[in-house]
Amino acid sequence: MTLWIAFLVLLPPMVGGAEEVVVAVASNFAPVAEGLAEDFAASTGHEITLVAGSTGKLYAQIVRGAPFDVFLAADTARPARLVADGQAIPDARRVYAVGRLVLLGRADDLPTQVGPELLATGTFRHLAIANPSLAPYGVAAREVLRALELDVVLADRLVFGENIGQTFALVASGNAELGLVAQAQVIGDPARRSAAWLVPARHHAPIRQEGVLLARAAEKKSARAFLDYLATDEARRAIEAAGYEVP
Amino acid sequence: MSFASVDPTPIWITLQLAAWTTGLLFMVGTPIAWWLARTESRARPLVEAVTALPLVLPPTVLGFYLLILMSPEAPLGRLWLSATGDTLTFSFSGLVVASMIYSLPFMVQPLAAAFEGVGRGPIEAAASLGASPFDAFLRVAVPLSRRSFLTAGVLTFSHTLGEFGVVLMVGGNIPGATRVLSIAIYDHVETLRYAEAHALAAGLLVFSFAVLVLVYAFDRRARVRVG
Repeated sequence: MTLWIAFLVLLPPMVGGAEEVVVAVASNFAPVAEGLAEDFAASTGHEITLVAGSTGKLYAQIVRGAPFDVFLAADTARPARLVADGQAIPDARRVYAVGRLVLLGRADDLPTQVGPELLATGTFRHLAIANPSLAPYGVAAREVLRALELDVVLADRLVFGENIGQTFALVASGNAELGLVAQAQVIGDPARRSAAWLVPARHHAPIRQEGVLLARAAEKKSARAFLDYLATDEARRAIEAAGYEVP
Repeated sequence: MSFASVDPTPIWITLQLAAWTTGLLFMVGTPIAWWLARTESRARPLVEAVTALPLVLPPTVLGFYLLILMSPEAPLGRLWLSATGDTLTFSFSGLVVASMIYSLPFMVQPLAAAFEGVGRGPIEAAASLGASPFDAFLRVAVPLSRRSFLTAGVLTFSHTLGEFGVVLMVGGNIPGATRVLSIAIYDHVETLRYAEAHALAAGLLVFSFAVLVLVYAFDRRARVRVG
């Protein structure tokens, strides 16, 4: 009898009941993830808790046993490493968004329109990019400068944000006249968009952001469902509208 | 641990930053501490609060406002830019300015406590013997407080060594110019280079601990009143 009652009490969360999914998300994607989490919760009843941070920091926390179910990284390297170490599920890995870079300026400060010519003129003091040793957007930014053959000329104009968010802040606060930031940071703001140049995708390797199911949530259907949800047309439209490309 | 692979440049920059900050704060902090110890002005609590603020504020708050204040669009940043041709943010000078604010209480508080300890008696005696106020300060108050000058200097120096949040915001992490020790450690941790992170972090830990032991062994009165 006691067993039976215990079974009844435990039953609801196990079949069809609402579960809580903890998602560690790269800071750059956090604003989009909030909207996606709400939509997912509305259609499934599962609760999503988002923990935003830099990919490197979140990775270090996961390795130390942080209670996350899903990891939405800003690169493919950390998810690959988690899979290799047995801390993530190999068949539950997918690129959920591809980042695009824009060259952002402050229209009133600059002599010409924001574009590659402006970079070449050198009539600016600082170009902010994300730190290439920490941030995938920084790696891409360095590739762009190399593709434009400006990496040597501009080497002493570079200042580094710890991540793409801080890089954006360096430009937005007026300390750097120019910055290579994420399109997602600019797309919602018409004033900023008008002072930005979308860097052609051919100038850098794609900034693939990969999501992965973590080992501790291997059996958690709701966690896997959230990863699957990111590939639905509805989610893809939202991700595209936020300034990313989708695979 | 692979100590050999550690880039020593951030250590050198950090030591220079701490030395400049300490030297300049001796000049700025001493008059403030002297004034605080002797004034009967009603503005005293205000000035005391301002000098203690960096102790209680998160460094990101300081860094955020410094980023705005030092920007070429703000008066301070514009003035600096027109005077030197270089922006205050992303420069070593900017880090020195930021560190002086960040470390101000570590200079002012031990000195103010020492000057209060000297009291009015010796200063008045000096005055009655014909010493000017500056003379009395230099010949009486300073020698009587020399231990606290050492404490204040050492605390300011070592506190600046560990600075992180402020330089993260205003420094721009430029190798060879503004990438200080704490930022280098942070970079190493984020890129999973734990051996290098350990080497730098352990060095800073041992150094800071040794400094504090020396300070407390040397002068038991001049503790910084944190919080």
